[in-house]
Amino acid sequence: MYEITEKRDLAHRVSLFKIKAPRIAKKRKAGQFIVLRLDEHGERIPLTIVDSDNEAGTITIVVQEVGRTSSLLCQKGKGDTILDVVGPLGKPTHIENFGTAVCVGGGIGTAVVLPISVALKGAGNEVLSIVGARNKDLLILEDEITEASTKLHVTTDDGSYGHHGFVTSVLEDLIKDGRKIDIVIAIGPVPMMKAVAEVTRPYGIKTLVSLNPIMVDGTGMCGACRVTVGGKNQFVCVDGPEFDGHEVDFKELVLRNRSYLKEERIAIEEATYHEGTKCYERGDCS
Amino acid sequence: MKEEIVADMDPKEMKARMKMPRQPMGEQDAKERVKNFYEVPLGYTPEQAIAEAKRCIQCKKPLCVAGCPVGIDIPWFIRLIEEGKFVEAARKLKETNALPAVCGRVCPQEDQCELVCIVGKKNEPVAIGRLEKFAADYEREHGEVSVPDAAKSTGKKIAVVGGGPAGLTVAGDMVKKGHSVTVFEALHTPGGVLMYGIPEFRLPKKIVSAEVDCLAKMGVDFQCNSVVGKLDTIDELIADGYEAVFIGSGAGLPYFMNIPGENLIGVYSANEYLTRVNLMKAYQFPEYDTPVIRGRHVVVVGGGNTAMDAARTALRLCPKTVSLVYRRSREELPAREEEVHHAEEEGLDFQLLRNPVRFIGDEDGRLIAVECVKMELGEPDDSGRRRPVVIEGSEYQLECDVAIISIGNGANPLIPQTSPDINVNKWGNILGDPETGRTSKKGVFAGGDIVRGGATVILAMGDGRKAADSMDEYLKDGKW
Ligand SMILES: Cc1cc2nc3c(=O)[nH]c(=O)nc-3n(C[C@H](O)[C@H](O)[C@H](O)COP(=O)(O)OP(=O)(O)OC[C@H]3O[C@@H](n4cnc5c(N)ncnc54)[C@H](O)[C@@H]3O)c2cc1C
Ligand SMILES: Cc1cc2nc3c(=O)[nH]c(=O)nc-3n(C[C@H](O)[C@H](O)[C@H](O)COP(=O)(O)OP(=O)(O)OC[C@H]3O[C@@H](n4cnc5c(N)ncnc54)[C@H](O)[C@@H]3O)c2cc1C
Ligand code: SF4
Ligand code: FES
Repeated sequence: MYEITEKRDLAHRVSLFKIKAPRIAKKRKAGQFIVLRLDEHGERIPLTIVDSDNEAGTITIVVQEVGRTSSLLCQKGKGDTILDVVGPLGKPTHIENFGTAVCVGGGIGTAVVLPISVALKGAGNEVLSIVGARNKDLLILEDEITEASTKLHVTTDDGSYGHHGFVTSVLEDLIKDGRKIDIVIAIGPVPMMKAVAEVTRPYGIKTLVSLNPIMVDGTGMCGACRVTVGGKNQFVCVDGPEFDGHEVDFKELVLRNRSYLKEERIAIEEATYHEGTKCYERGDCS
Repeated sequence: MKEEIVADMDPKEMKARMKMPRQPMGEQDAKERVKNFYEVPLGYTPEQAIAEAKRCIQCKKPLCVAGCPVGIDIPWFIRLIEEGKFVEAARKLKETNALPAVCGRVCPQEDQCELVCIVGKKNEPVAIGRLEKFAADYEREHGEVSVPDAAKSTGKKIAVVGGGPAGLTVAGDMVKKGHSVTVFEALHTPGGVLMYGIPEFRLPKKIVSAEVDCLAKMGVDFQCNSVVGKLDTIDELIADGYEAVFIGSGAGLPYFMNIPGENLIGVYSANEYLTRVNLMKAYQFPEYDTPVIRGRHVVVVGGGNTAMDAARTALRLCPKTVSLVYRRSREELPAREEEVHHAEEEGLDFQLLRNPVRFIGDEDGRLIAVECVKMELGEPDDSGRRRPVVIEGSEYQLECDVAIISIGNGANPLIPQTSPDINVNKWGNILGDPETGRTSKKGVFAGGDIVRGGATVILAMGDGRKAADSMDEYLKDGKW
């Protein structure tokens, strides 16, 4: 059992949790994630470790409500427990002093990119952050990102705050202004990561993206998380989650993340389940 | 005492025994059982078990024992069943086999003890596996499971990596020898393949849990959700005061075929499919949260036990058809005959001498068909089996919305990657001494599938037993 020691709502349907997991807190590095299971009936879902506090023995996660498990989790509060938390999983981000790093975060990806920005700044990089949200109310972790960056650019799709537009236009402006950029790290919705990779491709700027396929075990045992990178099959949970954005087959990832659209709907509607293995979708089989 | 039991048998009685028919095992009817996940064989009644035990002629030099990878004293435990001493029979089994309820169900007895049983020369062999299952179940169901006393504490602590049959055996043996044992398991529950791979209808999960609970009662400390190599490395465990480490991390890396369309929605590795259904209970979705695509037409690729398990699982999720595509002929199917037979009864369509060449999807990236070629058998290959060769121009398509790839597993590289001083072979399997389990790293032992590649439960347990003995010795003399 893993106890929730703190919960904060960051934006509409986005919450931050601190969870007591001292062994993970001690070990985790930027870019790594956990897999958690809420209860006996729960699904295993991956979430990035955004921060940790070695002394308190806690890890921080930021969760967006998108489906059944994330919504159930967001109903929990301080003092509640989570049945299983395993981690730290995945390869840590390779951190060194690249020179100038641009960290692009979109939506919930802002939380995922934060620990990487912190580590890059710690290694002496100049960190330029570009954070995008649909509107001002959905912007998260602005203070934390500000602290982890040399300069922060905020964009909103509706212009309610910061720059009106997408993260890619700010990135393009930076490049066109002649800023020397040594590495770009982009984390967010797949279309955003793809767009960022397309912006940097003609300039040959190294671009890392953090992929979010559907996972089960998170230890390389099942292959659910496989993606095609540079024409080769990779398991995101052990070979990633970060990959060269110019090599990833984003289209395949988008499709694969839609594998269970029908089941996800059923899970939310909590369709009545019949005894035995009688089908929830086809009553005709028995 | 042994001599008393195997007193010479009267030749007349021996003959009579050898003529007795094998006791049939009741089974759930095939039509019924494909609608549920309950166990298929119903098990012997005490009367049947005694009757079957009477077929054993109590050989003085029992061939069956030599055929058993861990050398269970088979005639002795059968004799105890014959005398109605069922609980004693179970305890006798447990002296050499930590998990008899599991082995009675999943061991390939027809290739081991029962293959060589003398009664089998002219008649059907003694049903050793069914008797083993009977005794172990009797003990458990009658609340007679005894928790063996641990020896006086030695004050030494050891770590076991992986809670599969190999790791559980080491844990049980070492705790009995008085050492303090911690099992680190990556998943949320111990059991390894017994928990995530082998389906409920072949090995009910409550049986595995009961064995794990028993070990916990004996004092084994289970640390689930602990991926060694990520949380702590082997070196860190040693630095933490674990004086010896056993690695039983299994062969958990699924192979794919590297043919076009393999990442379409609906194409699963057998590991993923079985994990979703068994470990995560997707067959009870949405009562359990993890989904699995049920599919109307399911194709399973491969011919081993895993393929058979995947196919029989698919049959229980109410599809229209389930087909097995295997590139050799029926004789070469590596799966146990019993499983092949069960699958046949349950309506599995065998597409033998066929091989998939590509998966075909629709515009949403969902699988709609698989293209296969026909094969014929040519000259024998290295394994002695006749090599399948493609018949040119024989392509055809099979409609399917779920395909399960079951062509074997490799070694998970996580531990070797983080402990480079543990030597591995070219496939990434850890090199462990077959007699002692010792690896190239002092104090570190390994066994089971991580050493052998995909093998069997009983071999993994045998490795565990040998490693525990050798580890105990090492803890005493420190010699490597
Ligand atoms: C390495 C990694 C790190 C992640 N870090 C975070 C994080 O820090 N914060 C966070 O909120 N989310 C994170 N995610 C995504 C998170 O795992 C999913 O949102 C979650 O699994 C959804 O589960 P659910 O039951 O709530 O929704 P479901 O009902 O399962 O799905 C709802 C919708 O979400 C989409 N979805 C399902 N699984 C994923 C997925 N794995 N990634 C993206 N979309 C998905 C589906 O397309 C579906 O339409 C991460 C994913 C990965 C692989
Ligand atoms: C579907 C299927 C059906 C089978 N049917 C049969 C059968 O009928 N009869 C038979 O005899 N054999 C059968 N086998 C083979 C048999 O199950 C295996 O040979 C046996 O389980 C191997 O045992 P093990 O202890 O070596 O490994 P496993 O059972 O694989 O257990 C390894 C454990 O280690 C854990 N682990 C891995 N890495 C780490 C890490 N870094 N840190 C912590 N823990 C880790 C895993 O999560 C797992 O729990 C079958 C296999 C499969 C897949
Ligand atoms: S070989 Fe057969 S008859 Fe002989 S002891 Fe073993 S089980 Fe009994
Ligand atoms: S999640 Fe199972 S292999 Fe990556």
